[in-house]
Parts: sequence; C-alpha cells; structure tokens
Amino acid sequence: MSENLRITNNKFVDQTTRISFKFDGKILYGFKGDTLASALLANNIHLVGRSFKYHRPRGIMACGSEEPNAIVQVGNDASMTEPNTRATEIELYEGLEASSQNCWPSVNFDIGAVNNFFSPLIPAAFYYKTFMWPANFWKLYEYFIRKSAGLGKSPTEPDKDIYDHRYLHCDVLVVGGGVSGIMAAKTAAKNNLNTLLIDDKNILGGSTIYQKNECFKINNFYSNEWIKKEIETLNSLKNLIIKTRTSLAAYHSYNYLLARENLTDHLNLNERKNKIRQRLWKIRAKKVIIATGAMERPLIFNNNDRPGIILSSSIKKYIDYYGVKCGQKISLFTNNDSAYETAISLNNSGVNVNSVVDIRDKTNSLIVKQAEKLGIKIHWKSTVVNTSGYKKINSIEIMKLSDDGTAVVEKKIKEECDCLGIAGGWTPRVHLFTQSGGKLKFRDEDNVFLPDKSELDQISIGSCNGDFELDEIIRNSANSINKFLNLNNNDYENLEIISSKEIDKKNIWLLPSDKPLGKTKPFLDFQNDSTANDIKLALREGFKSIEHVKRYTTTGMATDQGKLSNMHALGIIAETAGVKMGELGTTTFRPPYTPLTFGAIVGRNVGEFFDITRRTPMHDWHVENKAKFENVGQWKRAWYYPIDNENMHEAVQRESKAARDSAGILDASTLGKIDIQGSDASEFLNRVYTNAWSKLEIGKCRYGLMLNEDGMVYDDGVTTRLSENHYLMTTTTGGAANVLSKLEDYLQTEWPELDVYLTSVTDHYGTVSICGPNSKKILSKIIPDLDLSDKDFPHMSFKNALIDNIKCRVMRISFTGEHSYEINIQSSYAKSVWEKCFEAGKEFNITPYGTETMHLLRAEKGFIIAGQDTDGTMTPVDLQMDWIISKKKYDFIGKRSLYRSDTIRKDRKQLVGLLTDDPKEILEEGAQIVAETNKQPIEMLGHVTSSYFSPNLNKSIALAIVKNGKKLKGQKLFVPMKNKTINVTITDTVFLDKENKRLNA
Amino acid sequence: MFLINCPYCGERDQSEFTAGGEAHIVRPKQPTELSDDQWAEFLFMRKNIKGVQLERWNHAHGCRKWFNMARDTSNDRIHAVYKMGEKPPIK
Repeated sequence: MSENLRITNNKFVDQTTRISFKFDGKILYGFKGDTLASALLANNIHLVGRSFKYHRPRGIMACGSEEPNAIVQVGNDASMTEPNTRATEIELYEGLEASSQNCWPSVNFDIGAVNNFFSPLIPAAFYYKTFMWPANFWKLYEYFIRKSAGLGKSPTEPDKDIYDHRYLHCDVLVVGGGVSGIMAAKTAAKNNLNTLLIDDKNILGGSTIYQKNECFKINNFYSNEWIKKEIETLNSLKNLIIKTRTSLAAYHSYNYLLARENLTDHLNLNERKNKIRQRLWKIRAKKVIIATGAMERPLIFNNNDRPGIILSSSIKKYIDYYGVKCGQKISLFTNNDSAYETAISLNNSGVNVNSVVDIRDKTNSLIVKQAEKLGIKIHWKSTVVNTSGYKKINSIEIMKLSDDGTAVVEKKIKEECDCLGIAGGWTPRVHLFTQSGGKLKFRDEDNVFLPDKSELDQISIGSCNGDFELDEIIRNSANSINKFLNLNNNDYENLEIISSKEIDKKNIWLLPSDKPLGKTKPFLDFQNDSTANDIKLALREGFKSIEHVKRYTTTGMATDQGKLSNMHALGIIAETAGVKMGELGTTTFRPPYTPLTFGAIVGRNVGEFFDITRRTPMHDWHVENKAKFENVGQWKRAWYYPIDNENMHEAVQRESKAARDSAGILDASTLGKIDIQGSDASEFLNRVYTNAWSKLEIGKCRYGLMLNEDGMVYDDGVTTRLSENHYLMTTTTGGAANVLSKLEDYLQTEWPELDVYLTSVTDHYGTVSICGPNSKKILSKIIPDLDLSDKDFPHMSFKNALIDNIKCRVMRISFTGEHSYEINIQSSYAKSVWEKCFEAGKEFNITPYGTETMHLLRAEKGFIIAGQDTDGTMTPVDLQMDWIISKKKYDFIGKRSLYRSDTIRKDRKQLVGLLTDDPKEILEEGAQIVAETNKQPIEMLGHVTSSYFSPNLNKSIALAIVKNGKKLKGQKLFVPMKNKTINVTITDTVFLDKENKRLNA
Repeated sequence: MFLINCPYCGERDQSEFTAGGEAHIVRPKQPTELSDDQWAEFLFMRKNIKGVQLERWNHAHGCRKWFNMARDTSNDRIHAVYKMGEKPPIK
C-alpha cells in the first residue's frame, strides 16, 4: 500500500488490524473499518469499472449508496457471487474478492472502449432506432445486445446463504441516524414510546460524526464531540432498538415498511458460517420520522466522468473518516459553501489543495473566510471547462464565467491535479417520502424538491426536509419532533450553536464550455452513460414529459435509480423547455431504495417451503408402488404406475384396459368435499346448481353443474343427500377452495336468510374409488353384510357402512362409465382401506390407476373435465348438456345469462367428439381445427381439448370445441400441424357404451 | 399494504384479506324479468372512480366473513368498515 495516502490520527479505521483482499486478482491491503472503496483509494486505485455504453474508464465517485460507478462483482463462487454491489458500501473483510464489471478483457484494457470513439454514432435511443428493421433480424440483434448488456454476472448455482424475515411493530420508526435522527430517537424513547432507529452505516452519527471544524460547534464542542455524547445517551434508553447496517428498502401505505439488515456481509468468510446473512424486517410503525439526510450533487461540465473526479463531500469523508487521501494535489470545483469544508479538512490533514473553482462572484461566509485565512486559492466566477487524463484525471482547464453564466470568457488556465472534488449542492433524500405516496414541492432558492403533503402519520426532518445549516437542523428538528409526537421535550433548547451560513447561492445546471455542446461530453447519468446532449436531443425530437425523456435517454434508469443524475436532468429539461422546475415535476421513485438481493426478498420460502404440498392419506402407498406424480394445484396426485420399464403411454394403456376388463382402483381423495347442512340446504342447492334438487331422495346422489352469473360453466361434481337437511358436495380438485368461497359469498351477501352452513371436509375424508366389472365382488369381500344388489344399492345412491367397525360412506357413482364405488372414510383410516381393497382385488388383478388413466376413461365416455374441456367461455348448451338445465326452476346462478344475446349466438363453439381418419393418429391437445387448408388466413374453427389413444376401442379419440360443432356431425375437418395435416371427422362425444350398460354390469 | 379493521376480528394485515369488487350491487330478485340491458347492468357494469369507493372485502385467512369498506382509491385511506347489510356510514 502506498503509505503516503493514509493519515494516521484517525479513530474510525483500526490501523492496527491489517486486512488483505483481492481486487481484479491482485492482492491488496486495507484496514478494519475500511470500505472496499476507501481501501482501493488508499492503494491509489481509482479506475474500478467501465461505463455501460461507451466503456469509458470510471472511478469511485461517492462514499455511499448513491455511488454510480464503483459497482463491482463480489466473490467468485458459482453460488455466492454477487454482481452490481457498490464498493462504497462493502465493508472490508479478510479474504474479500472483488472484480470490475462491464469490461473485457480487463478494466485497464477494454475492447468495448472503441464505443467511446464511435460515440457520436451512438446517441440516445440508438438501440430503439437501429434494431427496428428488418424485423426478422431481431433474433440476431438480440444475441449481441444481450451479450453487451447487463453489468455483472449472475450466480449460476443456488444461493447457499440463509435469509430471514421478521415482523416488527413500533410506536415510532426513525430512519437515519444523523443529527436529526438521533434527536428524534432520543426524544421518542425517553418519552416511553417504543422506538426503532435504523441506519444503513455500521455506526450512527451521519456525516456529523467526523465533522471537526471551527465553523460548526455546539455548546463550545466540535459537532462530532457533541453527537458522540448524544449517541452515548441513546445506548442507555430502554425503549429504543437501534439497527445499524440496516437499509430501508420500501415505504408502503399504512406505515408498512421493509428494511434489510445486513448481518454477516462485513464478517470474514469463516465467521459467516451457519449465520443468517440478511434479514428483511417487515415493520408496522404507528409513526414514521424520516431523517435520511441529503446527498451531494455533481456538477455537469465537459468530461466530468474521469477517474479521480469525486464528490467533494466524499473526499471529505475519505480523509476525515477513513484517513485516506483521494489525491496529493486536489482541486475543488463548487457552486456552494460545502467544498470549503472539504478544503479545510484536507488542509488540516496536510493535503495540498490547488485551488477552489467557485462559480459564484464572491462570498463572505464564515467558512469561506476561514479557508481564505488558511491561504487556499479561490477562482471566483469561474468554471472548469475540460479535464484531461484517460485513466485518471491529471489536469483541469479553468475559465471565467460571463456575467449571465451562459458562456465562458477570458483566458483558459490549466491546473495540474490528481483529483477533482465537485460540489453541486445538496439533494434531500426524499425517496422514502415519495414512495409512501407523499407529494413534493419545489424550493427555488436551493433548487430542491421537498416533502409537502402526505396521507400518512409521518414527518421528514433535517436536511431531507431542506434544512442544510446545523443550527436550522437542530432547531427545526426539535420543534417538528415535539409537535409530531405531542411532547414538550426541551433537551435541545438554548443550545449555543455556531454554524457557518451560506449567504450567496448560484446554480447552473449545465456549465458552459469554450467548445460547442455537441463536441463535449457532460455526463449526467454516470452509470447509464447519458449526457446533457442526450437530454437535449430527446427534447429536440419532441419528448416533453420527464417520464418519456427518462425512458428515451435511460437517464436515471440504472441500478442507482439516478440518485445523482435526476436533478440535473430535470434542471436541463426545465431550462431548455423554458418551464419552471416545480411545474415539471419529478419521475417516480420506486422501491427498493437500494437494490435488494433475491435472497432477502424470498427469505425462508425456498425449496420445499416455497409452496404448500398437499398429500393424500394414501400417498406413501403410491410412492412405494412407484407411482409418478403430477401436481394438481397444491396436491400431489398419482399420475400413473409404471411397471418395469413402461413409459407413460404403455402404463396408461395397461391401466385403462384393466379398469374396464376387470377392476381398477383410484385415489380420489383430492376431490373437494363440502359438507352442507341446514333446513334450507335443498333450496340452496337449487339456487347454485342448474338442475333441480328438491326431489332428490335421501340416500341418492346427483351430478350437478355450477355456473357463474355470466352463464359459463364454473365447476361440476356429484352431491349426495345424506339426510333430510344434510348434503355432501364434491367439487373438482383444483376448484374446491374457490367453490367454497363462492358459495360462502352468496350465503353471506345475497341470501343471508337461508339456514345453511358450509364446512370444507376435503382433508377429513380419504376416498378410495374402485371400478370395473369386478368392483362389486371386491366390495362385497370388504363389507360382506352390505346389500349390493342393483335394486337395493343402484347407481347414483349411497349407503352408510362399517369397515372394521369404522364408519364409512359408500357411494355408487362412476366417472369411468364402469360399475363403480367410492368409499369415503376418515383420513386416518383411508390408507388401510385402500390396502384392504387392493388385497381383496388381487384375485381380480385389481390395477391401481392414476389421473392420466382416469382422464382417458372418462373421455371414452365423453364426460367433461371442468377446466380442461371448458375454459370459462362455455355454457352448458355449448357443452351439449342441455338436459342438465332445469326448465322448471325460476332462478339459479347464471340462468338469466343463458339467453343473453351473446350466449344464444348461432355461431358459438360447441363440444364435440373427433375421430381421426387414421385411427392410430393421436391429436395434440390444443391443436387448431380448420375447414379449409388452402386459404390464407385460415379461419380457426376451434381446438382439441382432450385427446387419447383408447385401448378399449383400439383407436384415437378426442374431444374438441368447434364453431357450430353441433350441426357439423359427420363433417370432415382438418387439424394442420407443423409437418402435416391430419384429417378428422366430427362425432358424438360419447365413444363407448352409449347405452350405459356397463354401469350395471 | 393496508391495515384493515375487520368488523369481526379487529385490525389485521391486508394479506389476510381478498377484495371482492364494488359493494351494494344487489342480485336482482327476478332476473328472468329483466331485459338484456338491465341484466348486463347488474352483471358487468362496475364503477372505477377516483375517490371514495364502497367495496366488498373478505377476511379470507381469518373469520372468512364478507364485509364492506369505504376506501379512497386516490390515497388508499379507509374511511369506514361496516358489516354486510348495513348502510354505508358515509356517502
């Protein structure tokens, strides 16, 4: 390390603990307490990255979250590497590895830098304008754009770190631990309010903690000493939680805020093991006090982006806090007083200040006088017109400003330097305030947007509220806090405050140069490489709205969200267009304030905790019997049970044949089950289903179709009347929760007079379905004393029964068209009943089948699946199920809609059967159906909804919805595929056993 | 993220609730007697105003009760929460 860039009398960096780290493969050293940025500067490394578009060399520019240039890739582990992190926010730890981004092969020699020489050819919206045509070239363009876009590299393997979420409720949340934030937290906590104070740095105190200047004193203490004592009193307060290294990411309505706490990023890799890396706090605060301070603006002039050009206040922090000199010959360039604080700090640390270039005519504030007393040279009424030095600044050119500030005059002065501090004034951090829906107002004299109206219980205090002088900050904050919290705290009254006052203010958004604008490069957005010229071009091309200019030029759209660039963009637009800044408004600040890791957002909800998995009581049996599963909503359903090396098709063919030839067994536990009780249960069912229910006898089952009010099929299922006022409704697996909600909605809001109670019992019962010609024999083995005769226990009826003294309900219902039974039993017994059925069925080759075979068997019978053969645009008439619509009922949900002008249109699509001319050809579900193949464009008549090869019919079958399909029976149509056209014929939807003989076989 | 004062359970986070659209749209008692236009008025026509809107909410992950809410769509302020069947406390 170049020793001469460190000063030794420094309290914030522990110069006894040396830390080694790697940057771009090179081993370097820093100290405990450094950030990556301060350690790099101490090693005289300014060049840390290349700019996005022109690949210009870029250096560290700031010292906090607003850093636009020094964004680096941290780590090189495939699962833990992190792109786009700000070097100014990375606390140095032993073993840190970081590298530059957006450069190849290296930051010092970057091939992309040729873009810089072609930059006149790459103006704003170059990509929009160039890659428009020819349209089919896009594939080619995209490849190259994707290669050159993006900054860092994403990790390629899953993140091994642990992240966490927690809730926190408090009376008062204070965001920001500078002077005003500390005052607020102390006042609130002392007065018995549960208070949370958060700050994104590792220690409290903001920029005051290192402010030791004669011009800023409180009660005769330097302000850094005063604030240190204030922080000490904070630590003794009981009602106060302090969270440092915690960055407020989002401020939502109702004072709901998200904050990210960094727990291990500052530790070395060994200390991190098994610890939570980041925690996302979900905070609900009764009151919020925003004390986020302000950030310094750059100045906009020709070649203002070279490495070594740093915000003046950051140079001050690097010297006063980190003990790092950003250069040995530093020049400063300013439009306000704050650069003089930097000049004095540098001077006190023995760093040579060449001069201060000040655009103001002359000023006599306390701090300027002190600087002059120290012999610091000042170029009044001057501007920097150019800078030199490719990889690091080596000189600046200074010229006098004309009286109106629009041009430069007199002779050019060249000044050698190795660092240039720029101070363009202060921008209050109003991001959180606007995120919460607050409206801003503009203060002309300081060119700042300030918090105005808010709907929430919150205030902004300190410099984020436009107070920039120390005495103002303390007095106004104290008053605001008391008023906001309804207190009479007098800790901050009668303080004796010395604070230098800024007397003269002057601002020029785009500083003039001796060259025409087109020949200069005044950068606005350093990360996205947009210049003042790009803004002007956008205005010339007719863009007026700030939101449009922003998107067209991409100003403010980088990972820093334009923290440094937005104000200048607005200023230049306002100036060029001749409007007032207050009228122009701002772009929208959106959360997060600084980028969040995906890990922090997801927290613990990863892997198996990503979503709930629902398993049936028989799940383990399916697993043991090698079932393949499919996801149906949150359920894991057995899909098919391959034997040996069977593929899905082979397994399904075997299962389907077995179910019809002898016996099959299906786990139907996932079907939604709703228990309906009450004296008006029958009337309720009459209103929600299309068919009539009043006359359904006790012990009988009925299939019902449920519509939406718009007449479209919503769900279907069989409902059983268990007793006079007691029904058990089944729904589709995926629709269960929605059906219950919908029924509850009607009961609570439309028909509160009905005496009906609904209970979801889906998880309470397991359902074993056995079907096939031998199902009766199997059931009689399990429940020998149950009369299974067709007379006593016909199709669509139900009986209570006992299996080993356990009550169960047996329904004789069928979704396959076979003679079949469903046994509903308390979930805890369902697996043993399943095993019993399987054991009993062995002599009949009972075959377990999954959802795929179930779908095939029902398709052979033309039974619909709501959600597969319907899509929310099908009425029962479209499904050719007119028989299920009661003509007698006065009303039911959706009835009136069945004769709206739209639902009685002649050319609606209807559900039909499809047979392929070649019985071996299986159609693809979703394939389009047409009548002609030669015409273009072809009219799409409909599409295939279900398609299978039926082993029982030995041919391919399909269901489809086809325009006017009802009238097209026997018609030849076509299904055009990528390589061929398949000939099909429209048929009836029932392919097998039209007479329903098998039901009673 | 709103804080909603469920009339049955008290203040709860918005994530426990589902929204059910405009409130006080009564399902006609005699749908069959309505013209297409009248039925369409009930079925499809919904207001989308900037200002105080009366809307239906359901405490889906709580008591499962439906209730009504008067919310200003311009700033999300909830002016009132009231039970089904009750008249809106503000206009």
